[in-house]
Amino acid sequence: MSSEPHAIPAAHTEAGHEHHPGPAVYVMIGVILLILTVIEVGAYYVEALRAIPFGLVTVLLTLMVIKFVLVVLFFMHLKFDNRLFAGLFTVPLLVATAILIALLALTGALYLSGVDVISATPATTGH
Amino acid sequence: MWAFLGSDCMFFATLIATYLIYKGRDKVGPFPHGPEGVLDIPYTSVSAFVLLMSSVMMVLALAAIQQGKMRAFRAWLLATAGLGAVFLAGQVFEFSYFAMHNGLTLATNLFGATFFVTTGFHGTHVTIGVLWLLGLAVMSYWKSWGPERALDVELAGLYWHFVDIVWIVVFTMLYLVP
Repeated sequence: MSSEPHAIPAAHTEAGHEHHPGPAVYVMIGVILLILTVIEVGAYYVEALRAIPFGLVTVLLTLMVIKFVLVVLFFMHLKFDNRLFAGLFTVPLLVATAILIALLALTGALYLSGVDVISATPATTGH
Repeated sequence: MWAFLGSDCMFFATLIATYLIYKGRDKVGPFPHGPEGVLDIPYTSVSAFVLLMSSVMMVLALAAIQQGKMRAFRAWLLATAGLGAVFLAGQVFEFSYFAMHNGLTLATNLFGATFFVTTGFHGTHVTIGVLWLLGLAVMSYWKSWGPERALDVELAGLYWHFVDIVWIVVFTMLYLVP
């Protein structure tokens, strides 16, 4: 096996590619993700949240977005990379999200969950 | 790779949208939630934790190869692949349990069809990722890799982290959202 080769200097970057954070930051992000997951699962069992209209869903979606952004920005290094990469990923992501919401609204799926999107009032029938 | 991941976002968005559209429309069970719900939240929480930790190890592997620490790189890389394999084993067990104990298959009802298609495609992505990482580990030994190959690892890392963020969304939307 070869000896340890020369490491890439810390300041070395490709065009538009900033210096990456160190292992300590990655571990810290990992711990934060773990804590957020525990909170997420814990919220699932909190009856008080279910009693609040859209309470549980709001908490779950918020935590999901935070975890998603942390992984994309730090683990996938989008925070430190060329803005072109952010565009290549973010635009399709936004389009996908918009299509998902539109499909749910058009097919009445949001209605069945208790939200009448058209009249913005709680549904009177359904689950 | 970013362009591919963007397209894969749209792919999984359609699968998740399909699941959500048909959610609650089944006339017959098994159902995901409720008194006789089949989804095991504590069990899936562990698999979510496993995949999250594999993402941490993947980024530590990238940091190691960038710093020229090849032994640490291979260790973290193999650990990542190992955790990915553990996740897959968990998925296989879960799918088998659903089929044998709950009678839930692709053909049972809308929940079965949409659930298995979504999680099945995600599992396929994880499998490809595990094979990719194992291939990198083998190549790093065989070809005596050094920091100059960090980009290869970074590309694999992007794919692996994407698999992780898809599971973050799937876990929330399919398992937790009632």
